[in-house]
Amino acid sequence: MKFWGYKRAEGRAGIRNHILILPTCACGSESSRIVASQVRGAVNIVFNTGCSDVAANTALSQKVLTGFACNPNVYGVVIIGLGCETVPHNVLREKIQKMTSKPVVSFGIQEEGGTLKTIEKAVRAARTMAAEAARQQKELCDISELLLGIECGGSDATSGIASNPAVGELSDLLVDLGASTIMSESIEWIGGEHVLAKRAATPEIHNQIIQVCRDYEEHLKAAGQDCRAGQPTPGNKAGGLSTLDEKSLGCIRKGGTRPIVQVLAQAERPTEHGAIVMDTAGYDISSVTSMVAGGCNAVIFTTGRGTPTGNAIVPVLKVTANAHTYQWMEDNMDVDLSGIVQGSITIPEAGKLLLDEVGEVCSGKLTKAEAYGFSDVAVDHVCRFV
Amino acid sequence: MDINALLMDESDNVATCVEMVPKGGRIVWQKGHETCSLTAEEDIPYCHKAALEDLALGAEVRKYGEMIGRTNVPIARGHLVNHENIYSVPRDYDREMLREGGTEQ
Repeated sequence: MKFWGYKRAEGRAGIRNHILILPTCACGSESSRIVASQVRGAVNIVFNTGCSDVAANTALSQKVLTGFACNPNVYGVVIIGLGCETVPHNVLREKIQKMTSKPVVSFGIQEEGGTLKTIEKAVRAARTMAAEAARQQKELCDISELLLGIECGGSDATSGIASNPAVGELSDLLVDLGASTIMSESIEWIGGEHVLAKRAATPEIHNQIIQVCRDYEEHLKAAGQDCRAGQPTPGNKAGGLSTLDEKSLGCIRKGGTRPIVQVLAQAERPTEHGAIVMDTAGYDISSVTSMVAGGCNAVIFTTGRGTPTGNAIVPVLKVTANAHTYQWMEDNMDVDLSGIVQGSITIPEAGKLLLDEVGEVCSGKLTKAEAYGFSDVAVDHVCRFV
Repeated sequence: MDINALLMDESDNVATCVEMVPKGGRIVWQKGHETCSLTAEEDIPYCHKAALEDLALGAEVRKYGEMIGRTNVPIARGHLVNHENIYSVPRDYDREMLREGGTEQ
């Protein structure tokens, strides 16, 4: 299986060719938005951190920023900093330049003499990059170059029995074709971690999966939160979920059944090929943020109740098996899998349908969230701002 | 006959009804290429599970090809399986860790 993508000097091919306008911190976000609005082919990130952070938060936000810049869907990067943030624009630029040969330039608002002067320079730089990016021809790439993120959000009773298993089939098909997938949201493994760990390719990976769950639970306990209390919730029970095991199994089915070859920390780039898991929050936008920073080209997103979220760098493909949600929120839904619940298609057939759809999106078809230009970002926090 | 229940794995002993099946109605599901059915012995609500075989006290309840819990009362074929008649088997992280050589502790 092939798709039309953009070859990169290092690593995987891109399925988009964006100019990324990247703020170093919250104070650069609005200027970045204005720059992106001036240049066709440019996308921007709204960043809520980068300043007044403890070291652990800074480490994560730097991983997210450098990860976004290195994402294969990005042709070039224009960084906009302020001047007094934790990691200034020139330092971030140099970091990124050590990781990739793609064009990267940076500006500081205090240094340039304010917003308008910065925007003027940044728009010129972005325009030049966009002109170059537009000259790059798509080439036929093997599907093994794809790294697909797998996410769920706004779940309902159909998620665990229909859309998640269908995405699991998709993941298995992709892995068998040599591609890689990342399933995240480690908090939702809890209760099913023993089952997920059975898929581990090695005993070390088995124990890493268990450890991730143990650490997450202890982290929340330190904040006074018992993540098992009241699980499954009364609403879950009324919806047919009888045990935490059953609930978690419905979540982890979206990762398929192939051996897990790597356990990643948040926003970390994989070094292995195949079925991969990443330790992220269950908060969907934060989890997508981390997977995109880890280099995912696209994200498939199952939902039951419906959700509009998207990401500026990668297409987010929404699938639902709830017929009402598909019809009621068709402006936000990409694929209707309600046939599984109605018995008109099987889960393996739905997996093949999704593979075709992912192929189309890789070759350029816009998802709905992408067509709207949605750019949702949430960087996970280890600790309060200082 | 149209199906109204999903079997998540061929080794499962429960099926999930994707529409409400009233007592006395037929629960119909696909197992591979074979269509199977049984009579609901009580109302099975939307997205709830029915036992496909008689489940003894303490029997493993299987969905997705995995154990989702054990029964705390015997459940006869065609009856509702829910949080009231099955329970999660307690585990702890220490026990789940593999020792060198790959065996559980």
